[in-house]
Amino acid sequence: MEHYLDNSATTVVSQKAAEKAFEVMLKCYGNPSSLHAKGLEAEKELELARNLIARAIGCESDRLFFTSGGTEANNTAVFGACQALKKRGNKIVVSAVEHSSVLEAVKELENRGFSAEYIAPEKDGIIPPQKVADAVDDSTVLVSVMTTNNELGAVNDISAVVKAVRKKKSSVIIHTDAVQAFGKIPVKAKKSDVDLLTVSAHKIHGPKGVGALYIKKGVRIVPLHFGGEQEKKIRPGTEALPLICAFGEAVGEFNIDENYQKVKELNLYARKKLSAIGGVVINSGDNALPYILNISVRGIRSETMLHYLEQNEIYVSSGSACAKGKPSHVLSAVGINRDLADSALRISFSKFNNKGDIDALAEFIEKGCKSLVKKI
Amino acid sequence: MNEIILVKDGEISLKGLNRRAFEDVLKKNIKTTLYGLGKFEITSAQSTIYVKPLSEDIDLDEACDRISRVFGIVTFSRAGVCRKDMAEILDFAPEYLKEKLEDVKTFKVEAKRSDKKFPYKSPEICRELGGKILEQFPHLTVDVHNPQTTVTVEVRDFGAYIHTDPIKGAGGIPVGTGGNAAILISGGIDSPVAAYMMAKRGIKLTAIHFASPPYTSQRAEDKVIRLLKKVSKYSGPMTMYTVPFTKIQETIKDKCPEELFTIIMRRLMMKISQRIALDNDCSALITGESLGQVASQTIHALGCTDEASDMVVFRPLIGMDKQEIIDISYKIDTFETSIEPYEDCCTVFTPKHPRTRPILKYVKQAEEAGDFGDMIEEALKNLKVTHIFPKEDY
Repeated sequence: MEHYLDNSATTVVSQKAAEKAFEVMLKCYGNPSSLHAKGLEAEKELELARNLIARAIGCESDRLFFTSGGTEANNTAVFGACQALKKRGNKIVVSAVEHSSVLEAVKELENRGFSAEYIAPEKDGIIPPQKVADAVDDSTVLVSVMTTNNELGAVNDISAVVKAVRKKKSSVIIHTDAVQAFGKIPVKAKKSDVDLLTVSAHKIHGPKGVGALYIKKGVRIVPLHFGGEQEKKIRPGTEALPLICAFGEAVGEFNIDENYQKVKELNLYARKKLSAIGGVVINSGDNALPYILNISVRGIRSETMLHYLEQNEIYVSSGSACAKGKPSHVLSAVGINRDLADSALRISFSKFNNKGDIDALAEFIEKGCKSLVKKI
Repeated sequence: MNEIILVKDGEISLKGLNRRAFEDVLKKNIKTTLYGLGKFEITSAQSTIYVKPLSEDIDLDEACDRISRVFGIVTFSRAGVCRKDMAEILDFAPEYLKEKLEDVKTFKVEAKRSDKKFPYKSPEICRELGGKILEQFPHLTVDVHNPQTTVTVEVRDFGAYIHTDPIKGAGGIPVGTGGNAAILISGGIDSPVAAYMMAKRGIKLTAIHFASPPYTSQRAEDKVIRLLKKVSKYSGPMTMYTVPFTKIQETIKDKCPEELFTIIMRRLMMKISQRIALDNDCSALITGESLGQVASQTIHALGCTDEASDMVVFRPLIGMDKQEIIDISYKIDTFETSIEPYEDCCTVFTPKHPRTRPILKYVKQAEEAGDFGDMIEEALKNLKVTHIFPKEDY
């Protein structure tokens, strides 16, 4: 039996979402920009999906812009904001544990003359709001702090970050990557007062290839692409309607509170079972999002344990890059040593998991500990 | 239009009485490489192989590309064919070479008349055709010493062949004329290059790969398959054997001194490979070792490895620098694949301080302690066979 425990990498598409994409592809295939009835019908579907998702993010639907996914939304946010404000300053303040689609974009901007300050997290992976605010100065144009970290599950208090930053300088653009938080904890774009917020469909049982960027009213960003009127020129190109509608359908199935309780229980159960195994260390903080559990199995390389588990149809993710690469920037940032980082595994849950999955995981991690050769 | 590929064989012409056999192998290899492109007629006469497409819709660009990687070919030309008639040659040649001639400023004409019954002698053909070309392309001038292009007319038994400068072939000697050998391939940069180099010397390859799941992944094995597909564009199709190596590696780790891990592993790889090689009619092993590159490739370590098999071991990279090896891997298009970061059987369990001057006596003692006999038999019973073809998809 298959035990899929890599839901932060991607999730299975829900039946309803898949059916919706299928239906739109075959029936509602018009181009939303076409003037005829087929176009109008498509446009209506598009706006219906936009409404659903905007409501879940807590923003006006005309402030939500569809992209090809989280990476594009993050790139649009980072490059777009800096490009728009480059006359006012050249400093970016960013957490050191962002997803690479934010970090690499910031590094590219450093090559182009911007300067960046990277805010280190506390031991549990959380970014202290005051440290962010302290780094903001007159030349700062962009602040980017993720809502939930993708490797450890650490949850940041974005409202507090925004408050502290605005107190220091009100005109800075604040972005949060909420890809791992969306659908799992309440995301309140407007209420938290961020300027930009990223979400993605395939982490919440929607299809790959679609995401969205919230842009607060009055905030101007320069797009990455040019050549069409779609998405108010923020993301020109014919909309990926089947994917967008399936995204809407998946969001329609959100049941945040109930799923949170369920996954929380699973997480506690997993922590209990796994920490009983000699050599297993829990890397995620106690307050981390229960959907993500990062552990290390002392002495056994991530990749080895991953492939061992895979032989038994248990799928997890290696917490760090492979042996030839560098260890994870997130794990090093929170001070986890190289040996533990090299043996880290990320277990990530969805509403479809159950205790049986965790029993299987614990059983084979224990067996692996005994039979696999310790390398580190 | 009627076109043909004229292939000039290389060292084959030096092979005296064996020449016929070499040429037959080369023809067969050309036929294999053209597989899937359509029907061709492949014949030879007067130290030239004629590759004649039998239908109009065959992609000759692709055919030339593939032929450029067949060993045993010095040069080849894509030529236009017309009847052995002076008027027709004069009409056809300028038209056929139009694009090329518009591109250059100087040219000369060369004629080869192997059909001595043709009423015009070579200098006469040159003169006539040169005049005609100058008339049609007034921007051109003749330069017999240093022309930008040479127009060649070959009057042969079955027709007249018109072409410009020949294309350089892959050189070497035809794969299959040098016997069979087995290449030990890990997935790094070196072994595909070693395979390519021995294929170039006429060797038909069998590939042996060691896999240690879960320490190595399916992706690592897939990567080796993709590398071999690239090599097979030169070497032709081959069979790959994947040896299940987990148990043996675990046992070495468990029972042998850590600093001898790599050397014992390599010795066992040689022993297993020799058995597979014998079963596949191979008379040698090939490795990508290069002297001094890593601890297991010192002169002492190689000595210990070598002792494990009775077969000749070819190490074509032995005297090469890493950069020289990388240059070849770029040329044969394996570099990008080789550097994909999947753990392979040679990198798992690498000791922190490997012995660079191992002493054979002690290595053998340590190896005996592992008692690998049954494990080797077990591995040989569970070989996985993959057939490698040059096709891109699999």
